[in-house]
Amino acid sequence: MTETTVAPERTETEAPQRGYIGVNVPRKEDKRLVQGEGLFVDDVKRHGMAYVHFVRSPYAHARIASVDVSKAEALDGVYGTLTGDEVAELTDPFFQIAPPPGGHVKDYALAVGRVRHVGEPVVAVAARTRELARDAADLVEVEYEPLDPIVDPERAADPDAPQLHDDVPSNTIWNGHFDYGDYDGALAAADKVIRIKRLHFDRFSSTPLETSGAVVEYNRGTGQWTLHCNNQFPGFAIIMMAPALRTGMDKLRFVSQDVGGGFGNKICTHPQLVALCLLSRKLKRACQWTEWRTEQHMANSHGNERVFLDVEVPVTDDGLMLGFKARMIDDCGAYTRYEPLGCIIWAQVTPGAYRWRNVRVEFTQVCTNKSPCGPNRGYSRMQHLWFTERVMDVVADELKLDRVAVRKKNYIRADEMPYETPNGCIYDSGDYALCLDKALELVDYESIEERRREAESRGKLLGVGIGSTLDSGTNNFGQATLVNPELQYSVNNEVASVKLDIFGEIVVTLGTTPQGQGHETTAAQIVADILGVTPDDVNVRPGHDSYWNSHAGFSGTYASQFAVTGLGAVKGATEMLADQIRTLAGAVLGGVPPEQIELAEGFARIKGNPEAALPFMACGAIVNANNAVLPLELRDITLNCRYVYVPPHQLPDKERKYGNLTLTYATQIHACVVEVDEETGSYEIVDYGAVDDCGVRINPQIVEGQVHGATAQALGAATHETFAYDEQGNLLTPNFYDYHVPHALDMPPLKTGYIESPSPFTPLGAKGMGEGGGAGLSAVCSALQDALRPVGRPIVYDSCNPYWRVWEMLRDPAKTRENVEVETR
Amino acid sequence: METAPVDSAFVSVQVNGESYEREVDARRLLVHFIRDDLDLTGTHVGCDTGNCGACTILLDGEAVKSCMLLAIQADGAEITTVEGLTHDGELTALQQAFSDRHALQCGYCTPGMLISATYLLEHNEAPTEAEIRKAIQGNICRCTGYVNIVEAIQAAASGEVKRD
Repeated sequence: MTETTVAPERTETEAPQRGYIGVNVPRKEDKRLVQGEGLFVDDVKRHGMAYVHFVRSPYAHARIASVDVSKAEALDGVYGTLTGDEVAELTDPFFQIAPPPGGHVKDYALAVGRVRHVGEPVVAVAARTRELARDAADLVEVEYEPLDPIVDPERAADPDAPQLHDDVPSNTIWNGHFDYGDYDGALAAADKVIRIKRLHFDRFSSTPLETSGAVVEYNRGTGQWTLHCNNQFPGFAIIMMAPALRTGMDKLRFVSQDVGGGFGNKICTHPQLVALCLLSRKLKRACQWTEWRTEQHMANSHGNERVFLDVEVPVTDDGLMLGFKARMIDDCGAYTRYEPLGCIIWAQVTPGAYRWRNVRVEFTQVCTNKSPCGPNRGYSRMQHLWFTERVMDVVADELKLDRVAVRKKNYIRADEMPYETPNGCIYDSGDYALCLDKALELVDYESIEERRREAESRGKLLGVGIGSTLDSGTNNFGQATLVNPELQYSVNNEVASVKLDIFGEIVVTLGTTPQGQGHETTAAQIVADILGVTPDDVNVRPGHDSYWNSHAGFSGTYASQFAVTGLGAVKGATEMLADQIRTLAGAVLGGVPPEQIELAEGFARIKGNPEAALPFMACGAIVNANNAVLPLELRDITLNCRYVYVPPHQLPDKERKYGNLTLTYATQIHACVVEVDEETGSYEIVDYGAVDDCGVRINPQIVEGQVHGATAQALGAATHETFAYDEQGNLLTPNFYDYHVPHALDMPPLKTGYIESPSPFTPLGAKGMGEGGGAGLSAVCSALQDALRPVGRPIVYDSCNPYWRVWEMLRDPAKTRENVEVETR
Repeated sequence: METAPVDSAFVSVQVNGESYEREVDARRLLVHFIRDDLDLTGTHVGCDTGNCGACTILLDGEAVKSCMLLAIQADGAEITTVEGLTHDGELTALQQAFSDRHALQCGYCTPGMLISATYLLEHNEAPTEAEIRKAIQGNICRCTGYVNIVEAIQAAASGEVKRD
């Protein structure tokens, strides 16, 4: 096992001069958004359109005995319905990423014959108004024969557990063995072995404020659908939908402008979109659907719940951890839509921030009668990184090691970058120890003991915690072949087009579907630097349209990559355009070689002779209107340049599950101080520091906004947010009353810091970022465990710790300690 | 004497200075009336339960959640939605501060947030941070963690606003 991954070629330093890079250019998006002039999906209206409401299952698991839509259809104002039987006839089941047995899952736009989670769509009803559609839905009569549900992932594979899907025995979607380094050797070499029986990562989601939705129109003449929607990964949705609908990819036109938050939760909307396609064709009218909040909680993507069992950590006397062994059970809910990709995506960050060389993981994904899971900000890495940080604290605390010192001992060091992990991933750059120092400084770590005493005098337990996130970005989709060797996916791509129009207007189209990340602005910054104009001179088309010719197979906005893939494409296309302008201007200005032409202030001019200049408007006119001026030999100049950025990835080794899975690794290290009330278990975050390192920051204000937002989501997930189900599979937190997300008064004072470790592998030295919140989850757990130390040293096992869980730990710390054991060799 | 229930009613409102008169379903929510019937789509819907505040408007000068009222309850009222904040195309100090301080990302909560903040500053020219947080307590934002929103409102109150 000495073979190493080939590190990507280092990028030549031909990045544009840092004119607008690193500047807080005001966002182009803001003007329309602060005036209520954005265009979100529910704002789209069509003449005579139908409002659609889904009849959803009240049962977690049941056979559908009969469906009767006659009373609903008879209601005045109802345009029609769509049933599971129709869907089964008119479509094929969605393509499954998993090989068998998971690949046997049959997933349709509506339930066919059986429902598998509360909230699963069974019938779609279309009517003249939103209210009528709901009335009609109430008139649909569905007879169910309830079946026993399976809710607990740890029991899903039991022999007596109810089976969800035919031909998926033991409810086991996927199982894989990951073995890196020499785990047995590490165990033999250890002075101490720490064993943790169970850690548990809760189910939650980012719950974007705008729910999912679409207006779907069918063009009967061409057999083509236009989907005005807020799906955030049209590339994936089209690949899923076209075969199911038995149509060509180009028959599905995806259009979006403003999207009200996505966080991954708007990737897997393809089942509802297929139902709307069928309805719009059947009813010969545009069909509109906006998910209700309760529906989003019941049936949209949840983040994966994960259990870590039989964890074993070999440690040497000086506090060096040699690796870990664990069994991991991931719960993907009722259907596999993006899954089982989560079974490999954690491996992008196998050792977390640590120099752990020996790793053995038995990873199993099971299905249960709960809402299907899908990507959620920090997808699959968040769960795993939380695990690494929990391991770090449990080991440090049990061996009475200093938590900061032991982290620094185990951190991958800045001088080891680029660092190859035991499974062949290349961490591109970073300085974790420096980030930690800065985070600790932000919360005034030096004064902690003093503050602890002061809090104690007020009857409070004060604790400090640390968390980290490696925000891996720019996926190598070849990692999909590690869960299914038959898949024909690899590497990644994104597109941008940049053109100079007839009046000299610079127009940029992106392949991405931004949901607040400010792509129009950062793209304009890059274009402005290359063309020698200002961002105000650059018109970036808002949103996405798959008909714009700026759409590739992986187009979308997800997985922390725009600063690399999106802006890499923008840079490539703009450089092509700049070359064409220089060539054209050189010819027109009397046969001057292109390298003698510079672009500045909206002119192509001869260097050293600014009087000899051609305005961009003239360039645009020559190519687009005044063609006689265009020399014959320059007819291939279009001033309309399309560039596909493809990151330098290779296919990973399927046998060994080995290779570079992402191009960049942004870092976040957080430090958190909590005060716990010993009587009640309620607690407050009283100090918080977040340090980010995403390489070159194109627009620091936007980066910082992402840090704030990701942190807020993490703090919500750490303290309140959980999709809790009862034993019958009923969701107990189906709206913002029961599912408490942070409000303004809940947020602690946030302090932020940064360093910049440019990526050596990317076009601009930037790294994708935005998913760094996981550090906050770890930091809160870490701080709670520290705070509770004086009262029996309980151990924090769950990712979500509302006050009652803290109260339980306070009341019975010994119980939490039963799950941990230290063996001294 | 029995009265037959009515299922629709005539509603007359002033929205952003314009008069509208519509026959409307008695059960129609005010927010759907504003969005679907009047086509003023700046006011948003983010939940079913009155928690999120994306639909906040000024109704006769009071900040209210328009999903918690029926359209017919607004009969005779004067309403301001986010579209009515600017005058002659000039952004208000709050709108400008939201952009300057990067107090919005996806922009979905922004209309409700701006209305709540407008209401606050109309009644309290120099709010403390705690007062600002309390004033926007009924508005959920999932993108920003509220950090820059609070700063923007402080900046607008103190007149520290950049303009183009």
